[in-house]
Amino acid sequence: MIKNILNLGDAALYCDFGSDVNQEINSNVIKYFYHIKKLNLKGITNLTPSYNKLIISYDLNIHSFLSLKKKIENIEIKENNKLEKNLIEIPVCCDNIFALDIKRVENKLKLKSEIILEKFFSKNYFCYMTGFVAGMPFLGDLDQEMRLKRLETPRVKVPKGSVGITEQFCNIYTFETPGGWNILGNTPQNIFDTSNQSNPNLVNPGDTIKFYRITLDQYNEIKR
Amino acid sequence: MKSKDRNYFKILRAGINTTYQDLGRNNLYHIGIPFSGAMDKRNFQLLNSLLQNDYNSPVIEFAYQGPHLKYFGKDIFFCITGNVSFKIITKEGVIDGNSYQCYLLKNGDEVDIHSTNKSVYGYFSINGTFGVDYYWGSCSINTQAQIGPNNGNKFSKDLEIEIIDINNSFNKRKLDYLGSTIENIRVIKGTNYDYFSASSQNKFFKESFKITKLSDRMGMRLEGQKIKNIVDPNIKSEGLVKGVIQITSAGDPIIMLSDHGTIGGYPKIATVISADYDRLVQLTPGSNIKFKDVSLEDAETLYKLYQMETNNLISQIK
Repeated sequence: MIKNILNLGDAALYCDFGSDVNQEINSNVIKYFYHIKKLNLKGITNLTPSYNKLIISYDLNIHSFLSLKKKIENIEIKENNKLEKNLIEIPVCCDNIFALDIKRVENKLKLKSEIILEKFFSKNYFCYMTGFVAGMPFLGDLDQEMRLKRLETPRVKVPKGSVGITEQFCNIYTFETPGGWNILGNTPQNIFDTSNQSNPNLVNPGDTIKFYRITLDQYNEIKR
Repeated sequence: MKSKDRNYFKILRAGINTTYQDLGRNNLYHIGIPFSGAMDKRNFQLLNSLLQNDYNSPVIEFAYQGPHLKYFGKDIFFCITGNVSFKIITKEGVIDGNSYQCYLLKNGDEVDIHSTNKSVYGYFSINGTFGVDYYWGSCSINTQAQIGPNNGNKFSKDLEIEIIDINNSFNKRKLDYLGSTIENIRVIKGTNYDYFSASSQNKFFKESFKITKLSDRMGMRLEGQKIKNIVDPNIKSEGLVKGVIQITSAGDPIIMLSDHGTIGGYPKIATVISADYDRLVQLTPGSNIKFKDVSLEDAETLYKLYQMETNNLISQIK
């Protein structure tokens, strides 16, 4: 299922699963990820699954590119390996104080804000990957007419809890961080829990997310 | 613990970005947690070797200006690595300290770490163990994700640094070492190298880039010749590793460092080789950087040489 393995620098394999972004290719990435993780190979220091790539970082004292590449190429994954999937409901408030980019989105998509939000909340989203910052889920897919580019100039600080969209994807900012996604609202729910070291992420790759809309009063109630 | 039995430092001045670091945490990229760990691994290793500590013992890392510490407790030794200016303040007077040399501290003595010289990071530790909490097997503080001891925050004034163990069989040691400098930062071409115009590829290796002030433990932003993208200014977001050089939509290089975001959507023009990472992170804002292209095979060999050099330095500690 891996199309090609290149090197990313001198201490990581860059495994390419195809150029498209869809749930089938991504499910293959996630299967490889869980399989290799379970093998617990000595000298593997990180596995980073994304839409259509898997990056395998390794300790240069233990592996060289060619020897590890051979090992990974020889791995066989059973097609019937099932992924564990959860449905997770997440509240989002789209009050003006949180919907930082709703005007921009209205202009770019040529849709009224109420239509945009109705479309946004009407779908379930698949979690392709988590990362960038701790616990941030990359979710998809948005309807065709909901797709737009990132901000031309990223924000220096996107507030924690912000829910944003870009292209076919949406995400949740788990920490205050720089970022360029179009922000539609904010969730009061904690998506990443540092104190839960065995399972800090609320959302994991393969999960399904259902957003539901709440008022500012409900938001403040949950926050309290 | 009775207060008279306590051994601790009180922070009189925190310094800039002062944190606990060790070798960092592995196998968490998939949930968005980077390695973290000491930026300059060689100086981290040398410090624990000089102090005869366990190789992965916690140390205190500082940037540009270090902390001013006052010590309370029974006699202890400390050491600093990196290119650092510091003073030791005792009842007998004030002396200038040298890096890579161990010094005795008595109850009430102070260490004032003024600055790093023509470099960014310095390291401080003692012949013993700091009382730290571990998160996913590491005490490294990641301030961006607020992971680690001190609630994942950098040190602040009046914080007390506990010492839970002192190695009493310690012998004072030193190393004659001036640090290593480098002319070029060596890189391997990246997975999106062909996204850039031939003249930009050429410029990337011919011209030098200036390190901007927007540089920290997460990344280093450079400015200079704009690198022209001829394919797409974005790629589908995918994993990053430390040392990756991405080109932003504006055409500027940005190098991922130890606390970097684990995935990113800018094309990768190159990756800094592992052997040059320690020297890369020590380059100060305002200085220039020039990249040199090497093959993967050469990078693997250069890493072996780097490790041999480090081991050689450790064997010279007397």
